[in-house]
Amino acid sequence: MKPIEPMEPMKTSTLDRIRNNYIVQAWLVLFLAICFGGSLAGIQLALGPLIEANKINETLQKVPEMILGADKVQNLSDDQKLVIEPHTIEVKKNSRTVFYNVFKAKYPNGKPAGWVAKAIGQGYADKIEILVGLDHKLKNITGLFVLDQKETPGLGNKIITNEWRKQFITKKTATPLSVTKEGAKAAHEIDAVTGATISSRAVCSIINTTIKDLRDPLLNRAN
Amino acid sequence: MADAPTPYERFIQGILPENPVYRQVLGLCPTLAVTNGLQAAMTMAGAVAFVLFCANIITSLIRDLLKPHLRIVIFTLTIATFVTIADRFLAAYMYQMSKTLGPYIPLIIVNCLIICRCEVCASKQSVVHAGMDAIGQSIGFAIALGSIAAVREILGTGMLFGVSVLPDVWPDWVVMVLPPGAFLTLGLLLGAVNWYGMQKQDA
Repeated sequence: MKPIEPMEPMKTSTLDRIRNNYIVQAWLVLFLAICFGGSLAGIQLALGPLIEANKINETLQKVPEMILGADKVQNLSDDQKLVIEPHTIEVKKNSRTVFYNVFKAKYPNGKPAGWVAKAIGQGYADKIEILVGLDHKLKNITGLFVLDQKETPGLGNKIITNEWRKQFITKKTATPLSVTKEGAKAAHEIDAVTGATISSRAVCSIINTTIKDLRDPLLNRAN
Repeated sequence: MADAPTPYERFIQGILPENPVYRQVLGLCPTLAVTNGLQAAMTMAGAVAFVLFCANIITSLIRDLLKPHLRIVIFTLTIATFVTIADRFLAAYMYQMSKTLGPYIPLIIVNCLIICRCEVCASKQSVVHAGMDAIGQSIGFAIALGSIAAVREILGTGMLFGVSVLPDVWPDWVVMVLPPGAFLTLGLLLGAVNWYGMQKQDA
Protein backbone atom coordinates (compact mmCIF):
# COMPACT_ATOMS: atom_id res chain seq x y z
CA MET A 1 0.00 0.00 0.00
CA LYS A 2 1.33 3.38 -0.93
CA PRO A 3 1.83 5.80 1.98
CA ILE A 4 -0.41 8.82 1.84
CA GLU A 5 1.34 11.88 0.60
CA PRO A 6 1.71 14.50 3.33
CA MET A 7 -0.73 17.31 2.71
CA GLU A 8 0.53 20.67 1.62
CA PRO A 9 -0.23 23.28 4.30
CA MET A 10 -3.02 25.47 3.07
CA LYS A 11 -1.88 28.89 2.06
CA THR A 12 -3.68 31.55 3.96
CA SER A 13 -4.32 34.71 2.08
CA THR A 14 -3.02 37.96 3.50
CA LEU A 15 -6.59 39.08 4.08
CA ASP A 16 -7.32 36.00 6.20
CA ARG A 17 -4.15 36.46 8.17
CA ILE A 18 -5.11 40.02 8.97
CA ARG A 19 -8.61 38.92 9.87
CA ASN A 20 -7.33 36.29 12.30
CA ASN A 21 -4.78 38.56 13.91
CA TYR A 22 -5.69 38.87 17.57
CA ILE A 23 -5.45 42.65 17.52
CA VAL A 24 -7.93 42.86 14.66
CA GLN A 25 -10.18 40.36 16.45
CA ALA A 26 -10.17 42.60 19.50
CA TRP A 27 -10.87 45.82 17.65
CA LEU A 28 -14.10 46.38 19.58
CA VAL A 29 -12.39 45.91 22.94
CA LEU A 30 -9.68 48.38 21.99
CA PHE A 31 -12.14 50.86 20.57
CA LEU A 32 -14.37 50.70 23.65
CA ALA A 33 -11.35 50.94 25.96
CA ILE A 34 -10.31 54.19 24.28
CA CYS A 35 -13.85 55.63 24.39
CA PHE A 36 -14.41 54.63 28.02
CA GLY A 37 -10.95 55.75 29.05
CA GLY A 38 -11.58 59.14 27.50
CA SER A 39 -14.93 59.57 29.20
CA LEU A 40 -13.47 58.54 32.57
CA ALA A 41 -10.69 61.08 32.15
CA GLY A 42 -13.37 63.70 31.49
CA ILE A 43 -15.30 62.68 34.61
CA GLN A 44 -12.14 62.81 36.70
CA LEU A 45 -11.31 66.27 35.38
CA ALA A 46 -14.77 67.50 36.25
CA LEU A 47 -15.22 65.81 39.63
CA GLY A 48 -11.63 65.46 40.88
CA PRO A 49 -11.36 68.97 42.36
CA LEU A 50 -14.76 68.54 44.06
CA ILE A 51 -13.64 65.29 45.70
CA GLU A 52 -10.37 66.82 46.89
CA ALA A 53 -12.28 69.81 48.28
CA ASN A 54 -14.64 67.44 50.15
CA LYS A 55 -11.71 65.73 51.84
CA ILE A 56 -10.08 68.98 52.94
CA ASN A 57 -13.36 70.60 53.98
CA GLU A 58 -14.24 67.72 56.24
CA THR A 59 -11.15 68.41 58.32
CA LEU A 60 -11.19 72.20 58.08
CA GLN A 61 -14.83 72.50 59.13
CA LYS A 62 -14.11 70.66 62.33
CA VAL A 63 -11.10 72.77 63.36
CA PRO A 64 -12.91 75.72 65.03
CA GLU A 65 -15.22 73.31 66.86
CA MET A 66 -12.23 71.40 68.24
CA ILE A 67 -10.88 74.55 69.86
CA LEU A 68 -13.91 76.58 70.92
CA GLY A 69 -16.55 73.87 71.36
CA ALA A 70 -19.61 73.25 69.19
CA ASP A 71 -21.96 75.74 70.91
CA LYS A 72 -19.61 78.67 70.66
CA VAL A 73 -18.82 78.06 67.00
CA GLN A 74 -22.48 78.36 66.03
CA ASN A 75 -22.76 81.78 67.66
CA LEU A 76 -19.69 83.20 65.93
CA SER A 77 -20.40 85.95 63.45
CA ASP A 78 -18.52 86.05 60.16
CA ASP A 79 -15.89 88.56 61.32
CA GLN A 80 -15.09 86.44 64.40
CA LYS A 81 -14.22 83.36 62.36
CA LEU A 82 -10.91 81.74 63.25
CA VAL A 83 -8.04 81.96 60.80
CA ILE A 84 -6.66 78.49 60.11
CA GLU A 85 -3.13 77.77 58.90
CA PRO A 86 -2.20 74.22 57.99
CA HIS A 87 1.27 73.02 58.99
CA THR A 88 3.12 69.77 58.55
CA ILE A 89 5.26 68.82 61.53
CA GLU A 90 8.06 66.35 61.21
CA VAL A 91 8.82 64.33 64.35
CA LYS A 92 11.85 62.06 64.56
CA LYS A 93 11.13 58.95 66.60
CA ASN A 94 13.88 56.39 67.17
CA SER A 95 14.91 55.65 63.62
CA ARG A 96 11.81 56.79 61.72
CA THR A 97 10.21 60.09 60.93
CA VAL A 98 6.51 60.71 61.54
CA PHE A 99 4.57 63.49 59.88
CA TYR A 100 1.65 65.22 61.57
CA ASN A 101 -0.87 67.49 59.90
CA VAL A 102 -1.44 70.29 62.35
CA PHE A 103 -3.76 73.26 62.01
CA LYS A 104 -2.93 76.46 63.83
CA ALA A 105 -6.00 78.54 64.63
CA LYS A 106 -5.82 82.25 65.34
CA TYR A 107 -8.46 84.80 66.24
CA PRO A 108 -8.99 87.43 63.56
CA ASN A 109 -6.96 89.93 65.64
CA GLY A 110 -3.92 87.63 65.48
CA LYS A 111 -4.17 86.23 69.02
CA PRO A 112 -3.42 82.49 69.02
CA ALA A 113 -6.48 80.32 69.68
CA GLY A 114 -5.08 76.82 69.66
CA TRP A 115 -3.87 73.84 67.72
CA VAL A 116 -5.69 70.96 66.06
CA ALA A 117 -3.66 67.87 65.22
CA LYS A 118 -4.68 65.05 62.94
CA ALA A 119 -3.46 61.71 64.25
CA ILE A 120 -3.74 58.10 63.12
CA GLY A 121 -3.28 54.98 65.22
CA GLN A 122 -4.23 51.34 65.37
CA GLY A 123 -7.69 50.63 66.76
CA TYR A 124 -9.41 47.31 67.40
CA ALA A 125 -10.48 46.63 63.82
CA ASP A 126 -8.50 49.05 61.69
CA LYS A 127 -6.77 52.40 61.81
CA ILE A 128 -8.55 55.15 63.74
CA GLU A 129 -8.08 58.69 62.47
CA ILE A 130 -8.82 61.50 64.92
CA LEU A 131 -8.57 65.25 65.34
CA VAL A 132 -7.38 66.51 68.72
CA GLY A 133 -7.87 70.13 69.71
CA LEU A 134 -5.37 71.70 72.14
CA ASP A 135 -5.17 75.18 73.60
CA HIS A 136 -2.32 77.37 72.35
CA LYS A 137 -0.08 76.58 75.35
CA LEU A 138 -0.82 72.84 74.95
CA LYS A 139 -2.03 72.62 78.56
CA ASN A 140 -5.57 71.34 77.98
CA ILE A 141 -7.42 69.22 75.47
CA THR A 142 -10.17 71.32 73.93
CA GLY A 143 -11.83 68.81 71.65
CA LEU A 144 -11.79 65.40 70.04
CA PHE A 145 -13.32 64.22 66.78
CA VAL A 146 -13.13 60.84 65.07
CA LEU A 147 -12.62 61.32 61.32
CA ASP A 148 -12.45 57.69 60.31
CA GLN A 149 -12.88 54.37 62.09
CA LYS A 150 -14.07 50.87 61.33
CA GLU A 151 -14.65 49.66 64.90
CA THR A 152 -17.35 47.11 65.70
CA PRO A 153 -20.81 48.61 65.03
CA GLY A 154 -22.81 48.94 68.22
CA LEU A 155 -19.77 48.62 70.49
CA GLY A 156 -16.46 50.15 69.43
CA ASN A 157 -18.01 52.61 67.05
CA LYS A 158 -19.57 54.41 70.04
CA ILE A 159 -16.25 56.27 70.23
CA ILE A 160 -17.76 58.62 67.66
CA THR A 161 -20.65 59.64 69.94
CA ASN A 162 -20.60 63.09 71.43
CA GLU A 163 -21.35 61.66 74.91
CA TRP A 164 -18.14 59.70 74.95
CA ARG A 165 -15.97 62.30 73.26
CA LYS A 166 -16.97 65.16 75.50
CA GLN A 167 -15.24 63.70 78.56
CA PHE A 168 -11.91 64.51 76.90
CA ILE A 169 -12.63 68.23 76.87
CA THR A 170 -10.68 70.18 79.54
CA LYS A 171 -8.47 67.16 80.34
CA LYS A 172 -4.93 68.23 81.28
CA THR A 173 -2.14 67.17 78.96
CA ALA A 174 0.47 66.97 81.74
CA THR A 175 -0.39 63.37 82.72
CA PRO A 176 -1.02 60.78 80.02
CA LEU A 177 -4.69 59.74 79.80
CA SER A 178 -5.64 56.27 81.00
CA VAL A 179 -8.80 54.21 80.52
CA THR A 180 -10.79 52.79 83.41
CA LYS A 181 -13.81 50.49 83.51
CA GLU A 182 -14.96 51.46 87.01
CA GLY A 183 -15.98 55.06 86.53
CA ALA A 184 -13.38 57.79 86.08
CA LYS A 185 -12.30 59.48 89.31
CA ALA A 186 -8.83 60.94 88.82
CA ALA A 187 -8.41 63.89 86.46
CA HIS A 188 -6.57 61.92 83.81
CA GLU A 189 -9.00 58.98 83.73
CA ILE A 190 -11.40 58.26 80.88
CA ASP A 191 -14.44 55.99 81.10
CA ALA A 192 -14.19 53.12 78.63
CA VAL A 193 -17.06 52.51 76.21
CA THR A 194 -18.89 49.48 77.63
CA GLY A 195 -17.72 46.40 75.77
CA ALA A 196 -15.11 48.30 73.84
CA THR A 197 -12.16 48.79 76.17
CA ILE A 198 -9.66 48.21 73.38
CA SER A 199 -11.18 50.87 71.12
CA SER A 200 -11.27 53.30 74.06
CA ARG A 201 -7.64 52.57 74.96
CA ALA A 202 -6.65 52.98 71.32
CA VAL A 203 -8.10 56.49 71.18
CA CYS A 204 -6.39 57.45 74.47
CA SER A 205 -3.06 56.12 73.36
CA ILE A 206 -3.28 57.96 70.02
CA ILE A 207 -3.93 61.17 71.96
CA ASN A 208 -1.08 60.49 74.41
CA THR A 209 1.40 59.78 71.61
CA THR A 210 0.29 62.83 69.66
CA ILE A 211 0.71 65.14 72.63
CA LYS A 212 4.09 63.65 73.51
CA ASP A 213 5.35 63.97 69.94
CA LEU A 214 4.03 67.43 69.27
CA ARG A 215 4.60 69.24 72.57
CA ASP A 216 8.11 70.50 71.83
CA PRO A 217 7.76 71.25 68.11
CA LEU A 218 4.51 73.16 68.63
CA LEU A 219 5.74 75.17 71.63
CA ASN A 220 8.78 76.17 69.58
CA ARG A 221 6.57 77.34 66.75
CA ALA A 222 4.20 79.25 69.00
CA ASN A 223 6.91 81.70 70.03
CA MET B 1 -36.66 33.55 18.80
CA ALA B 2 -40.39 33.17 18.99
CA ASP B 3 -40.55 32.39 22.69
CA ALA B 4 -38.15 35.11 23.83
CA PRO B 5 -39.62 37.19 26.64
CA THR B 6 -41.21 40.50 25.69
CA PRO B 7 -39.99 43.74 27.32
CA TYR B 8 -42.95 43.67 29.70
CA GLU B 9 -42.24 40.09 30.72
CA ARG B 10 -38.60 40.98 31.31
CA PHE B 11 -39.68 43.87 33.52
CA ILE B 12 -42.15 41.85 35.61
CA GLN B 13 -39.84 38.87 35.97
CA GLY B 14 -37.10 40.98 37.52
CA ILE B 15 -39.32 42.12 40.36
CA LEU B 16 -40.32 38.82 41.94
CA PRO B 17 -40.45 35.72 39.71
CA GLU B 18 -36.75 36.15 38.91
CA ASN B 19 -35.80 38.44 41.77
CA PRO B 20 -32.00 38.82 41.67
CA VAL B 21 -31.53 38.13 45.39
CA TYR B 22 -34.47 35.96 46.41
CA ARG B 23 -34.71 33.83 43.25
CA GLN B 24 -31.40 33.94 41.41
CA VAL B 25 -29.39 34.42 44.63
CA LEU B 26 -26.98 36.75 42.83
CA GLY B 27 -25.19 39.86 44.04
CA LEU B 28 -24.96 38.69 47.63
CA CYS B 29 -21.81 40.62 48.48
CA PRO B 30 -23.54 44.03 48.72
CA THR B 31 -26.69 42.31 50.00
CA LEU B 32 -24.82 41.12 53.07
CA ALA B 33 -22.36 43.97 53.46
CA VAL B 34 -24.29 47.22 53.21
CA THR B 35 -27.73 46.32 54.54
CA ASN B 36 -27.18 47.45 58.15
CA GLY B 37 -28.99 50.69 57.34
CA LEU B 38 -31.67 51.62 54.81
CA GLN B 39 -29.85 54.74 53.60
CA ALA B 40 -26.73 52.79 52.64
CA ALA B 41 -28.81 49.98 51.11
CA MET B 42 -30.83 52.38 48.95
CA THR B 43 -27.71 54.20 47.77
CA MET B 44 -26.20 50.86 46.83
CA ALA B 45 -29.40 49.85 45.01
CA GLY B 46 -29.33 53.17 43.14
CA ALA B 47 -25.71 52.72 42.10
CA VAL B 48 -26.40 49.17 40.93
CA ALA B 49 -29.47 50.35 39.00
CA PHE B 50 -27.43 53.03 37.22
CA VAL B 51 -24.64 50.61 36.31
CA LEU B 52 -27.02 47.84 35.26
CA PHE B 53 -29.11 50.13 33.07
CA CYS B 54 -26.13 51.72 31.31
CA ALA B 55 -24.28 48.41 30.87
CA ASN B 56 -27.40 46.71 29.49
CA ILE B 57 -28.07 49.51 26.99
CA ILE B 58 -24.46 49.63 25.72
CA THR B 59 -24.24 45.83 25.48
CA SER B 60 -27.52 45.67 23.61
CA LEU B 61 -26.39 48.36 21.17
CA ILE B 62 -23.20 46.49 20.26
CA ARG B 63 -24.68 42.97 20.49
CA ASP B 64 -24.21 42.26 16.75
CA LEU B 65 -20.52 43.14 16.93
CA LEU B 66 -19.77 40.88 19.91
CA LYS B 67 -17.50 37.90 19.32
CA PRO B 68 -18.27 34.92 21.56
CA HIS B 69 -14.75 34.61 22.96
CA LEU B 70 -14.41 38.32 23.68
CA ARG B 71 -17.85 39.10 25.06
CA ILE B 72 -16.99 38.75 28.77
CA VAL B 73 -14.07 41.17 28.38
CA ILE B 74 -16.40 43.71 26.83
CA PHE B 75 -19.06 43.24 29.54
CA THR B 76 -16.48 43.76 32.26
CA LEU B 77 -15.00 46.79 30.53
CA THR B 78 -18.42 48.41 30.18
CA ILE B 79 -19.44 47.62 33.75
CA ALA B 80 -16.13 48.85 35.20
CA THR B 81 -16.49 52.16 33.39
CA PHE B 82 -19.93 52.88 34.77
CA VAL B 83 -18.99 51.71 38.25
CA THR B 84 -16.07 54.14 38.25
CA ILE B 85 -18.41 56.93 37.15
CA ALA B 86 -20.84 56.05 39.97
CA ASP B 87 -17.99 55.87 42.49
CA ARG B 88 -16.56 59.28 41.54
CA PHE B 89 -20.02 60.80 41.50
CA LEU B 90 -20.77 59.58 45.03
CA ALA B 91 -17.41 60.82 46.29
CA ALA B 92 -18.08 64.25 44.82
CA TYR B 93 -21.72 64.78 45.80
CA MET B 94 -22.42 62.36 48.68
CA TYR B 95 -19.05 62.27 50.40
CA GLN B 96 -20.24 60.85 53.75
CA MET B 97 -22.23 58.09 52.03
CA SER B 98 -19.29 57.17 49.82
CA LYS B 99 -17.16 56.81 52.97
CA THR B 100 -19.81 54.57 54.55
CA LEU B 101 -20.04 52.31 51.50
CA GLY B 102 -16.26 52.25 51.17
CA PRO B 103 -15.00 49.48 48.89
CA TYR B 104 -18.47 48.10 48.14
CA ILE B 105 -19.12 50.59 45.33
CA PRO B 106 -16.00 49.58 43.35
CA LEU B 107 -16.97 45.97 44.08
CA ILE B 108 -20.11 46.36 41.94
CA ILE B 109 -17.78 45.55 39.04
CA VAL B 110 -17.73 41.92 40.15
CA ASN B 111 -21.44 41.78 40.99
CA CYS B 112 -22.64 38.70 39.09
CA LEU B 113 -26.10 40.17 38.72
CA ILE B 114 -24.97 42.73 36.13
CA ILE B 115 -22.79 40.40 34.08
CA CYS B 116 -25.62 37.83 34.20
CA ARG B 117 -28.14 40.31 32.78
CA CYS B 118 -25.69 41.36 30.03
CA GLU B 119 -25.21 37.71 29.11
CA VAL B 120 -28.80 36.51 29.44
CA CYS B 121 -30.72 39.45 28.07
CA ALA B 122 -28.79 42.42 26.72
CA SER B 123 -26.44 40.51 24.42
CA LYS B 124 -29.39 38.73 22.78
CA GLN B 125 -32.29 41.19 22.69
CA SER B 126 -33.07 44.73 21.58
CA VAL B 127 -32.36 47.92 23.46
CA VAL B 128 -35.99 48.15 24.66
CA HIS B 129 -35.83 44.63 26.07
CA ALA B 130 -32.50 45.34 27.72
CA GLY B 131 -33.69 48.61 29.22
CA MET B 132 -36.89 47.12 30.64
CA ASP B 133 -34.93 44.15 31.95
CA ALA B 134 -32.48 46.47 33.72
CA ILE B 135 -35.32 48.47 35.30
CA GLY B 136 -37.16 45.35 36.46
CA GLN B 137 -34.05 43.72 37.89
CA SER B 138 -33.03 46.98 39.60
CA ILE B 139 -36.42 47.29 41.26
CA GLY B 140 -36.17 43.67 42.36
CA PHE B 141 -32.70 44.27 43.75
CA ALA B 142 -33.84 47.42 45.55
CA ILE B 143 -36.80 45.56 47.09
CA ALA B 144 -34.52 42.77 48.29
CA LEU B 145 -31.90 45.12 49.72
CA GLY B 146 -34.56 47.35 51.24
CA SER B 147 -36.40 44.50 52.94
CA ILE B 148 -33.23 43.07 54.48
CA ALA B 149 -31.97 46.51 55.53
CA ALA B 150 -35.35 47.44 57.06
CA VAL B 151 -35.42 44.31 59.20
CA ARG B 152 -31.81 44.74 60.31
CA GLU B 153 -32.02 48.45 61.01
CA ILE B 154 -35.28 48.29 62.92
CA LEU B 155 -34.23 45.36 65.10
CA GLY B 156 -30.62 46.47 65.47
CA THR B 157 -31.06 50.16 66.22
CA GLY B 158 -34.82 50.77 66.50
CA MET B 159 -34.57 53.22 63.60
CA LEU B 160 -35.62 53.47 59.95
CA PHE B 161 -33.65 55.80 57.64
CA GLY B 162 -31.90 57.01 60.81
CA VAL B 163 -35.21 58.11 62.41
CA SER B 164 -36.33 56.46 65.65
CA VAL B 165 -39.48 54.37 65.12
CA LEU B 166 -39.44 51.95 68.06
CA PRO B 167 -39.95 53.16 71.65
CA ASP B 168 -36.76 53.79 73.62
CA VAL B 169 -37.36 50.70 75.77
CA TRP B 170 -36.49 48.56 72.74
CA PRO B 171 -33.21 46.80 73.56
CA ASP B 172 -31.20 47.23 70.36
CA TRP B 173 -30.26 43.80 69.04
CA VAL B 174 -26.70 44.73 68.19
CA VAL B 175 -26.13 41.39 66.47
CA MET B 176 -28.53 42.45 63.70
CA VAL B 177 -26.28 45.27 62.49
CA LEU B 178 -23.19 43.04 62.75
CA PRO B 179 -22.30 40.57 59.96
CA PRO B 180 -24.13 37.60 61.60
CA GLY B 181 -27.37 39.61 61.44
CA ALA B 182 -26.97 39.87 57.67
CA PHE B 183 -26.77 36.10 57.26
CA LEU B 184 -29.64 35.45 59.68
CA THR B 185 -31.93 37.98 58.00
CA LEU B 186 -31.06 36.89 54.47
CA GLY B 187 -31.61 33.22 55.36
CA LEU B 188 -34.95 33.80 57.04
CA LEU B 189 -36.29 36.14 54.34
CA LEU B 190 -35.07 33.82 51.56
CA GLY B 191 -36.89 30.97 53.30
CA ALA B 192 -40.03 33.03 53.73
CA VAL B 193 -40.11 34.10 50.07
CA ASN B 194 -39.59 30.53 48.86
CA TRP B 195 -42.20 29.18 51.28
CA TYR B 196 -44.68 31.76 49.99
CA GLY B 197 -43.84 30.74 46.42
CA MET B 198 -44.45 27.06 47.16
CA GLN B 199 -47.75 27.82 48.91
CA LYS B 200 -48.91 29.65 45.82
CA GLN B 201 -47.87 26.77 43.56
CA ASP B 202 -49.80 24.24 45.65
CA ALA B 203 -52.97 26.32 45.72
